[in-house]
Amino acid sequence: MPTFEHGEFKVEVDEDGFITDPEIWNEELATALATTEGVDEMTEEHWKLVNYLRNYYMQFGIAPMVRKLCKETGFPLKKVYEMFPSGPAKGACKVAGLPKPTGCV
Amino acid sequence: MPKEYKTPMLDELEKGPWPSFVKEIKLAAKNSPMSNDLLGLLERSYNERIGHWKHGGIVGVMGYGGGVIGRYVDVPEDFPNISHFHTIRINQPSGWFYTSDALRTLCNIWEKRGSGLTNMHGSTGDIVFLGTKTDELEPIFSELTEAGFDLGGSGSDVRTPSCCVGPGRCEWACYDTLKLCYDITMRYQDELHRPAFPYKWKFKMSGCPNDCVASIARADISIIGTWKDDIRVDAEEIKNYDKAGMDIFNDVVLNCPAKCMKYDAKAKAIEINNDDCRHCMHCINAMPKALRPGTDTGAVVLIGSKAPIVEGALLSSVLIPFINLDDEDEREDFFDLIEEIQDVWCEEGKARERVGEFIQRVGMGNFLEAIGVEPIPEMVAYPRDNPYVFYEDYYDDEEEDE
Repeated sequence: MPTFEHGEFKVEVDEDGFITDPEIWNEELATALATTEGVDEMTEEHWKLVNYLRNYYMQFGIAPMVRKLCKETGFPLKKVYEMFPSGPAKGACKVAGLPKPTGCV
Repeated sequence: MPKEYKTPMLDELEKGPWPSFVKEIKLAAKNSPMSNDLLGLLERSYNERIGHWKHGGIVGVMGYGGGVIGRYVDVPEDFPNISHFHTIRINQPSGWFYTSDALRTLCNIWEKRGSGLTNMHGSTGDIVFLGTKTDELEPIFSELTEAGFDLGGSGSDVRTPSCCVGPGRCEWACYDTLKLCYDITMRYQDELHRPAFPYKWKFKMSGCPNDCVASIARADISIIGTWKDDIRVDAEEIKNYDKAGMDIFNDVVLNCPAKCMKYDAKAKAIEINNDDCRHCMHCINAMPKALRPGTDTGAVVLIGSKAPIVEGALLSSVLIPFINLDDEDEREDFFDLIEEIQDVWCEEGKARERVGEFIQRVGMGNFLEAIGVEPIPEMVAYPRDNPYVFYEDYYDDEEEDE
């Protein structure tokens, strides 16, 4: 398994850089993971999105559909990509410490 | 020196006169350690009867959510060169027309930054680059952009639209498939690159009912060329077909599914009852010099086909029986309707539910009501075929009108 190292962090991740143990997630780790997804600074809006994802995941055990995410956070998709340039699935879910979303190719 | 793999199982697939992917991989393996490891991995899979590709990688380029499909090997220690083997989809030009220069540019990028193996083209129609590493994705993307190419669709988005060669090469084209394909691609750039749908969405455009891109069997929206007026007949050419020995009665007239043709064997003349014609193209394909589609041409728009994955296979069914795509207003109405359908499907559809499955689940009547379209006879494959449906309401309405 690859490891993700950043400052004090040394955590186990999968090939795509998603943390394998969701329990170890905290805000410092999220900020560190964000640097790998083209996010230099976690603003209030970034946290709003990340916290929404975490809450949804804790309640339902899966990541929300993208449309739902946009609707409930009030961020249009364009804005989501401005915040997380690699997109909601790869960028935002990784920072939020969710397991890798599975999708159809 | 790259590792040399013994491949007795794969070698079997090189035998015979037909093309062989093994030959192609071996050829690429001469210069590409990735392709070489691919040979070794495939031989091992054939021996063990187990696939070694893991499913569900998420990789991509900045700004896009689709276009790259992550692939990893579950035995990277044995095949380090293909520990990553991502697939890249690239938006093909309408109708797959290339200059030789464009093809060379693509191959040069790919030989430098990937395995060198391509699939021209994938089933959806994209150019497919097979096998590269995560670090190469951004450089490949920028080199492709510089060469005028863009990534295609993947995941739950608008998949790369594709069309037949249309008026570019084909006399049967009833509308400009190439232009519509381009227009749809440009109009839905956001939806193409940033997946936000319940599942994939495919547009396919065929210029005539021969449907060379098989849109009726696999596109969520199939746009198939057709004509409203009569089949054009060249009487002299029919005589020539007869002279050349064609059995017009058995091979053309009797094969007409609508039985709408009569053949006068003495006069060597065909009579077509165009009202009953089903536009199947059989007679036109059989006698292309004598018969041609009419001149009042346009397209029929169908909805809902898919290959079997979650549910069984579906064919498209008629949504708009005739549309003139050259008419600006009709085009705009068409796009408005598409967006309305996507809205309803995104709002009510389940994850991984194609629009055809969605329609089956909620019922065509409810679906039409939700998108604000009146049901019409053209949408029904066999009108009044079911004896358990009564028409009392219909008759009542009529009586009230009187």
